[in-house]
Amino acid sequence: MDFPVFHLDFLGNRMLIAVIAVVHVFINHSLAVGAMPLVTAMEFWGHRRGDERWDRLAYRILTVCFVITTTLGALTGVGIWLSTSLVNPYAIGSLIRVFFWAWFAEWLVFVAEVVFIMIYYLTWKKMQDRKSAHIAIGAVLSFFSWVTMAIITAILGFMMSPGAWTARETFFSGVFNPIYLPQLAFRTPVAMVAAGWLALFLAFFFTHRDRDLRGQSVRLISVWSLAWLPAAAAGALWYWRVIPEWMEVNVPVALGTQKFAAWYDQLLVVLAVMAATVFIAAVVGALVPGKMPRVAMLVPFAATLVLLGSFERVREFIRKPYVIGDYMYANGLRVADYPLYKEEGVLRHATYTSVRTVTDDNGVEAGGEVFKLTCTRCHTATGVNAVTDRLRDMYGNGPWDRETVKYSLIGMHTARPFMPPFPGTEREAGALADYLLDLRAVKRPVIGAQDGGVVIPTEPRAGVEGGV
Amino acid sequence: MDTLPIPRDFLLPLPASTLDLQVAIVMLFLVHILFVNLMVGGSLLTLVYEVRGRRRPDLDLLAQKIAATVTVNKSLAVVLGVGPLLAMNALYALWFYTANSLTGRAWIMTVPLVIAAFLLLYAHKYSWNLLADRKGLHITIGAAGTLLLLLVPFIFLANINLMLFPDRWLEVEGFLSTVLLPNVVPRFFHFVLASVAVTALFLAGWFCRRRFDFETALPGLDRCETRRELLTAAFGATALQLVAGPLVLMTLPPHGFSWLMLGNLTAAVTLGVSGLVLLWREMAERGPLTTRYWGIVVLLGCTVGLMVFVRHLYREEAIAPHRALVAAHTEAFRAASIGAEMRLAAGMPRVGEAETVASPGERTFRSVCMACHAVDEKRVGPPLTEIVDIYAGNPDGLIAWVKEPGKKRPGYPEMPPIRMQEGQYRAVADYILDEVFVPPLQSPPADGATG
Repeated sequence: MDFPVFHLDFLGNRMLIAVIAVVHVFINHSLAVGAMPLVTAMEFWGHRRGDERWDRLAYRILTVCFVITTTLGALTGVGIWLSTSLVNPYAIGSLIRVFFWAWFAEWLVFVAEVVFIMIYYLTWKKMQDRKSAHIAIGAVLSFFSWVTMAIITAILGFMMSPGAWTARETFFSGVFNPIYLPQLAFRTPVAMVAAGWLALFLAFFFTHRDRDLRGQSVRLISVWSLAWLPAAAAGALWYWRVIPEWMEVNVPVALGTQKFAAWYDQLLVVLAVMAATVFIAAVVGALVPGKMPRVAMLVPFAATLVLLGSFERVREFIRKPYVIGDYMYANGLRVADYPLYKEEGVLRHATYTSVRTVTDDNGVEAGGEVFKLTCTRCHTATGVNAVTDRLRDMYGNGPWDRETVKYSLIGMHTARPFMPPFPGTEREAGALADYLLDLRAVKRPVIGAQDGGVVIPTEPRAGVEGGV
Repeated sequence: MDTLPIPRDFLLPLPASTLDLQVAIVMLFLVHILFVNLMVGGSLLTLVYEVRGRRRPDLDLLAQKIAATVTVNKSLAVVLGVGPLLAMNALYALWFYTANSLTGRAWIMTVPLVIAAFLLLYAHKYSWNLLADRKGLHITIGAAGTLLLLLVPFIFLANINLMLFPDRWLEVEGFLSTVLLPNVVPRFFHFVLASVAVTALFLAGWFCRRRFDFETALPGLDRCETRRELLTAAFGATALQLVAGPLVLMTLPPHGFSWLMLGNLTAAVTLGVSGLVLLWREMAERGPLTTRYWGIVVLLGCTVGLMVFVRHLYREEAIAPHRALVAAHTEAFRAASIGAEMRLAAGMPRVGEAETVASPGERTFRSVCMACHAVDEKRVGPPLTEIVDIYAGNPDGLIAWVKEPGKKRPGYPEMPPIRMQEGQYRAVADYILDEVFVPPLQSPPADGATG
């Protein structure tokens, strides 16, 4: 990290990204990617049967989608960008340099998507006498919604497995990474199923005066969800099979916290039960729509979102210890720079730090700077995923031995493959141990640059600065 | 120069030539800012006309029609902002991200602020008839949305201002201190005036276009009168720029001035004043819009375009010296990094500063195994005493287990496979089986570990 260190010590930086990203994925998948083709299909259905009630129902569902996607949906999309560039500027800045043109293309499609949802929604009533043309607009909109997801999935896939890119560093070798297509094959049907449940819930709400339409719409939407479920299962299997082996080691931990790693078999059962619930609800809705209880509208939707959320969490976790596979660790340091840091220290090559070298007297201060520079992207001092809590898991409530802590820092990546190796010198590891022991004695949050500003040390850095 | 931080840049090439990226930033930003102006100005004018419309239903209807344009313009403002943001993140990532970090809380607040503002503006628009009898509440909703919307450019301005002045990076503490840097507040007013001017000019053309059935859509209002009023608003806001503009210029730190920038600025002001003169004459017209309207649009449009270019020239000039220092430092770092990598590959890394002397086996044990195993008590895993009981005289068995462990005892979590260099397995096995329990019993790992 060679930027002022933005840091939230209570919630943790990852939580900031996670909250924004999860909201965005839920909205994008269920209210845009999946909902646009479903609404278009409902409009088409009503048009073909000459039933205006379907048209009104589709319009009402679209209204909800329009209001939410153009506010919460669009802005959380930008928010993922803003939050990741705050939390890990080196990672996002590097990704932008490789994927600039993919993102540029995605942006153009995104502009088209917004323009088309404006046209589709705002001309719904004006184009009643030109229904076929309006349905065609819906089809184009559905296509653009899907393409934006297809492009961004390439970038997500790349972060997990850069494939040939680390050797060639070109755009196309990055895009066609081995995880791309399986991820897309999983996301697409899941988005369709999620949209189905959401539409079902809304349809239930909007048809409380028309029992007949309610029955019809529950059946149609359930058939829609049911049709996509096998594809979702196939996509999940394919995805699971291509996750590279080194990632699989992490998966048990990824699904729960480290403490619950041993119970991940049970968690898989829970996820399977949820998937089964979704399936059964869809079958019931398709065969006996009148028997569909009100609560059954929300449970499968919630279950689908939990499945999607777990998928995202697993995806986020199994890329560890990297933020960009084989190129950059989750702490924002390049893999290639590790030999230099190991030789000369992270403090020596950092810009924003109060000290450059570890001395016999400044252990706690220097260790605090090392912590800020190399640990705070994932850990806090006092909040969520606090570093002292992780150490307590290992060393208990009694006093800790400085040497033990120091050596465990140096070797943590061997027993915990999701942790990046410690980047600094042994003296820096010692200073970090000093700081951690001190932190345990006197709990205090790490103050991020957004609150406390930044300092640079008086001691010059090796390199060009001496001559400046 | 110890007040100037010189970080290192990204160690990957830019995705396009700097010239292409600069052209992209200027052009894409121009389109973005036009829609931002229409969004902010539209919300403000909606508010003004709705307040005035409390006694005149015809103006209330006009306010409603303006609000309808905001629905489209606000979404385009957001989506068209992503393009220039992307170019910014490539070309100025180092400066931009630094400013973002230093104002982090306010910066990330732009997301919920815009969401809240947009939701309030939707609530305002779609409750127009519902709340017709409770006008006070309805106006409050619109005003709240507009106010939130106005906060966002303020945060953006503070950021793009701070990024230009690395010599101030060490001074600032939090967002409020960045607002106090010179130039932020004057620029904000410069922006708000531009928003009103652009929107009023746009609406004059929008409502008075030939295909628009003014009399049916806005009964009670006179087309010419409305046109005159909107053009007057555009004229007033643009004329006020003759005060705001110099104020911005005077508070601008000298870092980025150049003759090229001042020359373009002069041209921009000249075009702007010519546009004002035409606007004045168009205001005096009694009939429908004349072709002079397009002359005004072109002149003022070119003014905005040149201003955006001037802004870019200032930024390039202001950052240039720092950028050169950053580039030199980045290259020095790259060379040092490659040097260390090559030494490692050749098997002769300079040893980092070591603190203690220990045997290779002990070092490995302490850094790898001790996280879970103590000498004579249960931690995450079983104590060494038990391990030695099992593997005494069988280091190969121990190594095999460490490489590929299974779960074999109740009450313990499964041990993960340990991956390290081949020599380390042997060293640590020898250490555990031969060194730890050599009498007299030495137990450095357990020292104070658990008290």
